[in-house]
Amino acid sequence: MRAPGGPDARIGDVLLSVENVSLSFGGVKAISDVSLDIRKGEIRAIIGPNGAGKTSMLNVINGFYTPQRGRITFRGQTRSKMRPHEAAEGGIARTFQNVALFRGMSALDNIMAGRTLKMHKNLFWQLLRWGPAMAEEVAHRREVEEIIDFLKIQDIRRVPVGRLPYGLQKRVELGRALAMEPDLLLLDEPMAGMNLEEKEDMSRYILDANEHFGTTIALIEHDMGVVMDLSDRVVVLDHGIKIADGTPAEVKNDQAVIDAYLGVAH
Amino acid sequence: MLYRETGQFKTTYQSDSAIFPILQDRIGLAVILAVAFIAIPATRNDFIINAVMTPFLIFALASIGLNILTGYTGLLSLGTGAFMGVGAYACYKLTTIFPQVNILVWVVASGFFSAAVGVLFGLPSLRIKGFYLAIATLAAQFFLEWCFIRVPWLYNYNVSGAIEVPQRELFGIIVTGPRATSETRYYIVLTLVVVLTWLASNLVHGRIGRMWMAVRDMDLAAELMGIRLLPTKLLAFAVSSFYCGVAGALMVFLWYGGAEASVFGINQSFTILFMVIIGGLGSMIGSFMGAALIFILPILLRFVPESLGLPLQSATVEQLSFMIVGAMIIVILIVEPAGLARLWQITKQKLRVWPFPY
Repeated sequence: MRAPGGPDARIGDVLLSVENVSLSFGGVKAISDVSLDIRKGEIRAIIGPNGAGKTSMLNVINGFYTPQRGRITFRGQTRSKMRPHEAAEGGIARTFQNVALFRGMSALDNIMAGRTLKMHKNLFWQLLRWGPAMAEEVAHRREVEEIIDFLKIQDIRRVPVGRLPYGLQKRVELGRALAMEPDLLLLDEPMAGMNLEEKEDMSRYILDANEHFGTTIALIEHDMGVVMDLSDRVVVLDHGIKIADGTPAEVKNDQAVIDAYLGVAH
Repeated sequence: MLYRETGQFKTTYQSDSAIFPILQDRIGLAVILAVAFIAIPATRNDFIINAVMTPFLIFALASIGLNILTGYTGLLSLGTGAFMGVGAYACYKLTTIFPQVNILVWVVASGFFSAAVGVLFGLPSLRIKGFYLAIATLAAQFFLEWCFIRVPWLYNYNVSGAIEVPQRELFGIIVTGPRATSETRYYIVLTLVVVLTWLASNLVHGRIGRMWMAVRDMDLAAELMGIRLLPTKLLAFAVSSFYCGVAGALMVFLWYGGAEASVFGINQSFTILFMVIIGGLGSMIGSFMGAALIFILPILLRFVPESLGLPLQSATVEQLSFMIVGAMIIVILIVEPAGLARLWQITKQKLRVWPFPY
């Protein structure tokens, strides 16, 4: 639990800012003129009713969607669109609303795949799987094992993830994202479909990742209790428009937010 | 009981990430290699060596090639026959132009020609997937087959329109052409297949293999993790076509001894695809199992009526063996759609706990 409001020693400068971004699909406006920033070290929640444009916003941030208007500034570099590999190379990792693991691969291989960008030994050494390639493989395996320990999934290392229950799949997916050693971790509904105990576990992993690895986290979540407890700042979207931005306490009492969630009496 | 890893402790990540971490697997592999290198040539049976084992190994190599593309990277290809053809024709032209160079160098080099052609026809794979990509590779199949027939330069303007393998020697031993012994050819094929299988197995267990499988299982997530789709897919096309090309060169130079363009037709592509599907997509051992089932089983079945003393005509036996193999394929695919490799895995799991059910 965090102290509500006030600056925190963990939180630094702006890591990523999105300015006046608009995104539409044909006639459907997914995001209109939204600006938000994410500061280094914070946990930033994006909330809003269904269809508010939350996932679209994450897709803009890591380059899967190209916004029609607006600018994205990441680590001081401003651009009109992000490319997926630029985002990945810049240290943005992502989990998905519907688990997007590599189903045919084991949990271990999934998390190892998260380190692809950090492995560089060329085809020649890969063919031999010996010498530098093996040393690299072992070095990264060591890192991956730390993540496996951290997430307490030692017993399912070798299991193909397609056979794992949903809660564990979510955890492996978090592991795969953490394996990228991201500076910014985008979590799209990390607790959707979980029971209370699983939500508590997942919250603990998110807080630990934030505290121990210093990872900045942007998360979308529908469970307001979780959002209010975990996040430093919350941005609220509704129909693609930003309706509120601030600390959990501020947002909770914002009339526009209450209207968006509960409806307005006519 | 027989197959149990209890007591085999791994103390380093290196030994834990070995391709065969279990002792029994390593012993089994050693036995198979010993049989292949010593027992089979010792039979001195020309039929087994030249008509069963050599082609089986060549088909297995082509299956590994297609498995890298279709099984590991998830890109369906119907151009395998043509890519094998590129290897065969490239090898033929190379050894015609430079007859003094070691033929094995050209067999391997022809794989690179095939790889280049594969990359070219793999370019559409960024935009199209699944059945549509299969159709695009079908275009490669027809175009290349057309080249093999219509470009006389490729078959040295032979009147027959076929390529005839010239005699080539390696350290004074005749390895290609009609005078080469079956044993020599078998040893060369076996050695190349073993080495290439080992390399492919290394590749798919490392970073590149994980990239391929990531693209196969969830290309969107792979892309957002920084895996560039086009280079990854093109690498799969290159490596896959390399293997197919070497298999094609081996097929003509060390098995048939000569070939026409029709050898590399769409039928060949389908045969290899069936081997891969029945053996198991995304499995090295499955490539061998699929090749064995589709190629060796019909041969064995032909001997069954004879050994039982049934007076059947050879044409009838041939038809019967086709029917039986067809039925077996359907049964196997119903029992285990993931192929023979998966059946083998389940068997191993059962053996681990035998004699207990779990």
